[in-house]
Amino acid sequence: MVRMRMNQAVAAALGDEMREDPDVVVFGEDVAVAGGPFKTSDGLLEEFGPSRVRDTPISEMGFLGMAVGAAASGLRPVAEIMFIEFLGVALDMVVTEAGKFHFLSRGAFTCPMTVRASIGAGLGFGCQHSQTMENWMSHAPGLKMVMLSGPQSAYGLLRAAIRDPNPVVVLEPRALYGGRGQVTTGADGIIPLGEARRVREGDDVTVVSAGAMVKVALAAAEASDDWSAEVIDLQTLIPWDRDGVVSAVRRTGRLVIVEESPYTSGWGTEIAAYVGARLFGELRAPVLRITCPDVPVPFGRELEQRYMPNPGYVTDQIDQLLATGRVPDPWWVGEGRSS
Amino acid sequence: MGNGRRMERRRAVAADRVARYEQMVEIRAFEDRVQGLFAEGRVHGTTHTAQGQEAVAVGIAAAARPTDLVTCTYRGHGIGLALGMTPEVILGEIMGREIGCVGGIAGSMHLCDRELGLLPTFAIIGAGIPVAAGAALTAQVRGTDDVAIGVFGDGAANIGAFHEGLNLAAIWKLPVVFICENNQYGEYSRIDLTTPIEDLADRAASYGIPGIIVDGQDPDQTVEAVSAALDVARSGGGPTLLEMKTYRYAGHSRADKAEYRPEGEFERWYERDPINTFRARLESEGLLAAGDAEAIDGRVAARLEAALKAVEESPPATVDAMFGNIYAPV
Repeated sequence: MVRMRMNQAVAAALGDEMREDPDVVVFGEDVAVAGGPFKTSDGLLEEFGPSRVRDTPISEMGFLGMAVGAAASGLRPVAEIMFIEFLGVALDMVVTEAGKFHFLSRGAFTCPMTVRASIGAGLGFGCQHSQTMENWMSHAPGLKMVMLSGPQSAYGLLRAAIRDPNPVVVLEPRALYGGRGQVTTGADGIIPLGEARRVREGDDVTVVSAGAMVKVALAAAEASDDWSAEVIDLQTLIPWDRDGVVSAVRRTGRLVIVEESPYTSGWGTEIAAYVGARLFGELRAPVLRITCPDVPVPFGRELEQRYMPNPGYVTDQIDQLLATGRVPDPWWVGEGRSS
Repeated sequence: MGNGRRMERRRAVAADRVARYEQMVEIRAFEDRVQGLFAEGRVHGTTHTAQGQEAVAVGIAAAARPTDLVTCTYRGHGIGLALGMTPEVILGEIMGREIGCVGGIAGSMHLCDRELGLLPTFAIIGAGIPVAAGAALTAQVRGTDDVAIGVFGDGAANIGAFHEGLNLAAIWKLPVVFICENNQYGEYSRIDLTTPIEDLADRAASYGIPGIIVDGQDPDQTVEAVSAALDVARSGGGPTLLEMKTYRYAGHSRADKAEYRPEGEFERWYERDPINTFRARLESEGLLAAGDAEAIDGRVAARLEAALKAVEESPPATVDAMFGNIYAPV
């Protein structure tokens, strides 16, 4: 075990994969000479050289297209999108090309590319640099998608993503890059895709979260003496761990989902619908989704913190769910805003 | 349909000008047949045919190795045939049958043959340009002497992927040849309505790479130009943009009668029809004797009839094919 920040865990995963497989290459804006705007590729250029670690122009469509072609012809490219919003100009390459190559070649071609993108609010980047946008990818068969929740998660999921023969999108909450934690490196540290992880035991409610919200859900659970919450880090959003989540909720009888994204069409909507349908009649309360409101991410520090679910708010929402057996209004509806 | 016959077709086009002529005749007859099948209501969906552009297709196929990966557009039947794919696997794909090159789950716009070097063809304008650069990146990183070929139409020269792909290929000196089939129309719009310059090859200058105009109606010139650009790329000289001046005889897709074309334009281009002019040249050189061209026409017609029969005997695309290749197994 090594103690490191999450951005260092990303760099460690990249370095370990590059050491083990000469076909792994890394490119993106400012990833080589500068070591990445968030220092997630620090030291790679020095160790692996300019053929395998490359700075690109500001050309997301171009370099993600290159990742598709490189992956289909035998490399395992890892492309970095500095802010997830920049993927908007290149989404075709991920959703419509990479995600379809295996299908369109009857299995003859694979597209083992990894697209890493920083996501999320909390650092004052304003509404065009703070979204999560996971649902750009979640409606597009052929892709896999994971969301990192800390240093171990970063190391383990990223290595699994690079090794996977399919295109995988890795969403990295920017606000977590500086957070430290113990990391098991090497093969033991790799986290299989498609499996959720229980991060806290509990009996009264199952809280499913992902990314930066895992820490929020944990803190909320720790704060209550009235109920005990099991907290699950979903880890892989596509394909998500249906069996794991359903069996957890079957045991507690209550499902709460905590998401850092707008209410409408979040990843939690899919989980709520699936679990609600599968466990109808077994649930002791309606499914509760705790999300951000349907507004662009605000800039002002207090507003930005208000925008995202925080531990106190999550605890309070779960208190109300358990006390009344009904889904409480989100804070903005409680204040008279429309839902 | 086996691998042997596909490679044999490819070798013939690479080796022999008369075989190239026969290949061009086959492409023209195939595309005419496809249009006929749609008109008769025997095929559903859409299709995009490439009558008039046959010399570009054989130019690429004759010059490239099967290990040189090609990205191609949704107007890809001709290039697929020239690369060695058989009429029945392309027609089967167009008609949604199991015999199709992708099992009938992809359709006319999506042809693919890994052994012949054809990546899944692109139905998004321009998308194949940076993807070709990516295939070239693999060759460069691994140190092989393969070259990638990115084929696109004039309509793609105005989308960002073109500029981003050329720029990236140029700064990294990637082994890639970009081939613009300038058939004068981007979908329903004539090029001068969408593009402020006459020669798209001029755009290469912005990226510091050679931009060469090629007579896309002459298969001898297309073969020569592609071969030369491939040699440059193979020997580390970086990318080239080839602009093949050609003409699309049909409309954009099957629903388009191309009534927007100025009067006399088709006739002017048809005077330089690539098949007629090549036939005359081969006859004057003594490579086609009296009766040879007619024999080729007959062989091609018989081959296409046999292909259609094989396709019609093939079952429709299966549910297994639909679910079979969403994810590659871990």
